Amino acid sequence: MWEYTEKVMDHFMHPRNYGDMEGADAVGEVGSLACGDALKLFLKIDPETDRILEARFQTFGCGSAIATSSALTEMIKGKTVDEALKVTNKDIADYLGGLPAEKMHCSVMGRDAFEVAVAHYRGEPAPREMLEGELVCECFGVTNEQIRKEVLTNNLRTVEEVTHYTKAGGGCGMCHPKIEQIIAEVWGERGRKEEKAAPPKRMTNIQKIARIQDVLDKEIRPMLQQDGGDLELIDVEGDRVVVALRGTCSSCPSAGVTMKQFIEAKLKELVLPDLVVEEVGA
Amino acid sequence: MRIVYMDNNATTMVAPEVFEAMRPFFTERYGNPSSMHSFGGAVARDVTRAREHLANLFGASSQEVLILSGGTEADSTAILSALATQPERREIVTTRVEHPAVLNLCKRLARDKGYKVRWLSVDKEGLLDMDEVRDMISDQTAMVSIMWANNETGVIFPVTEIAEIAHERGALMHTDAVQAVGKLPMSLKSTEIDFLSLSGHKLHGPKGIGALYVKRGTRFYPFIVGGHQEANRRGGTENVTGIVGLGEAARLSAEALSIEMERVKRLRDRLQEGLLDRIPRARINGNVEHRLPNTLNIGFEFVEGEAILLRMDDKGICASSGSACTSGSLEPSHVLRAMGVPFTSVHGSIRFSLSRYTTEEQVDYVLQELPGIIEFLRTLSPFGKEYLSAVCKVQ
Repeated sequence: MWEYTEKVMDHFMHPRNYGDMEGADAVGEVGSLACGDALKLFLKIDPETDRILEARFQTFGCGSAIATSSALTEMIKGKTVDEALKVTNKDIADYLGGLPAEKMHCSVMGRDAFEVAVAHYRGEPAPREMLEGELVCECFGVTNEQIRKEVLTNNLRTVEEVTHYTKAGGGCGMCHPKIEQIIAEVWGERGRKEEKAAPPKRMTNIQKIARIQDVLDKEIRPMLQQDGGDLELIDVEGDRVVVALRGTCSSCPSAGVTMKQFIEAKLKELVLPDLVVEEVGA
Repeated sequence: MRIVYMDNNATTMVAPEVFEAMRPFFTERYGNPSSMHSFGGAVARDVTRAREHLANLFGASSQEVLILSGGTEADSTAILSALATQPERREIVTTRVEHPAVLNLCKRLARDKGYKVRWLSVDKEGLLDMDEVRDMISDQTAMVSIMWANNETGVIFPVTEIAEIAHERGALMHTDAVQAVGKLPMSLKSTEIDFLSLSGHKLHGPKGIGALYVKRGTRFYPFIVGGHQEANRRGGTENVTGIVGLGEAARLSAEALSIEMERVKRLRDRLQEGLLDRIPRARINGNVEHRLPNTLNIGFEFVEGEAILLRMDDKGICASSGSACTSGSLEPSHVLRAMGVPFTSVHGSIRFSLSRYTTEEQVDYVLQELPGIIEFLRTLSPFGKEYLSAVCKVQ
């Protein structure tokens, strides 16, 4: 059984603002019977101020789908359209005191329905990622653009997380490699940007020593000091980094190999990939 | 709050007599049945008696009863044994609507061990096509594994007939009868079934105990290897409390079989007719004739199962759903999808499963509460207005 918060159960058992709306200024429809959940959102909007006067919903779906629909209408009522567009799916989930991870797609459905309604109101086509892009998940009709958007906005890192937020990959599973690729692409782009800020490969010996000392001081020594140990940089000769362990570290039997590997890995990562660490006695 | 428990295909109440029978084995009679002293040895007699009650329930001899941890272990033991004893045969025949204990094992054997699994489909009433059964079973088939009755719809398969076909081709026959034992009369002696799985907690016994019937003379390869227990077929010190509980549950089930067949069926039919009368756009899933007496799977169009369950839960009514949202996956029930139940009702399918402890008053309580729940969820739903408004206008 799902662990729903009291707030989710309250909005499910006593949904606010449900039902049809005649003469709505905007209607947003997402989902389908086949998918297992669908939401139709109706809005009455003041044309002068762009303020949402009334919001109503009709939802086919599970407890959390109904609760998020109800919460959405409460959250956007009284806001201007632009203000309401700032409401994220996470805001909806937070408003309800959280949703089970597997149910996050319900909050995404709420936000999507609102975006579709706003597009309808403004006479624009539906949001780009719903129209364009290549179909990735055939079971639930999710495109690469939709997946890309949720991966970025919700910081998703695994296929499972993508399924929780978009339902993509929750059916036959054939599209899992494609989803993995999208995740890699999104975060790969990020990674490449960070790489550019990385230190230049060529350094003077002085620069190299300064950076090594910096990494040791900031990344490694604080950890050793927590256990009453310490470390001192003795020398740097070319790519050879000579260090000495101090305090409890110098007599710790587990120090030797693991410590050397750990320091070496850190220095390779943060200073230069060719560095080798050597330990000398205290 | 009152609890109306109609989820007996998921698990059942431990019968009070079962609990009382088990109690002494937790406290003063804690001996090991394998011991050479009479303190332990006396317990072995209770284990033997339990085995006899079980054998009696499905018409077998007690030497044919292997006691283990439950339905899943029984299924794995049977299927893996059949494959191990017939290495020259590389095919398994089973259905698309099996319990995950069989379904996922077969998928894994296909993926990791290269076995060919032949999947039998079902028609829209959940029935097998016997011509397809005959076509699929060949001299390459090591094991035919077909459930006696389906856990979601209650649909009963002709397993005794299929066992004969399997033997004609030299294949072994297994049936997962977890849902059928205690609800249908059985006499395994007069059938050609080689293996049958059952579970204690589905027949008012405790959880964590079950049995595998292995027909006398069937070659057997153990799944759990250890001590000499269970005639060297399943190692591990006997779960004595569980075994005694299972035996008592079997004894009570044999006694209550006619109640199950008649009174429970009458209550189920009352529930079914009452719901169909009171709720428009509802449909039964599964063939109504070849069906367990206690099971009703009914789909309500345009509403979703988890929402129905949560609102029933608020009224103390316990049932299950084949909807996607309740399964933890996003896919609705593989059984209902294999039957081609349309999407308009697959997500809104609810399974009620009664027991001999179900009362008429409980059935009437569900009939009183459920129509309002469905009606409310339909007012929330964006679908079906065109069909349902026609019904409403009559008033």
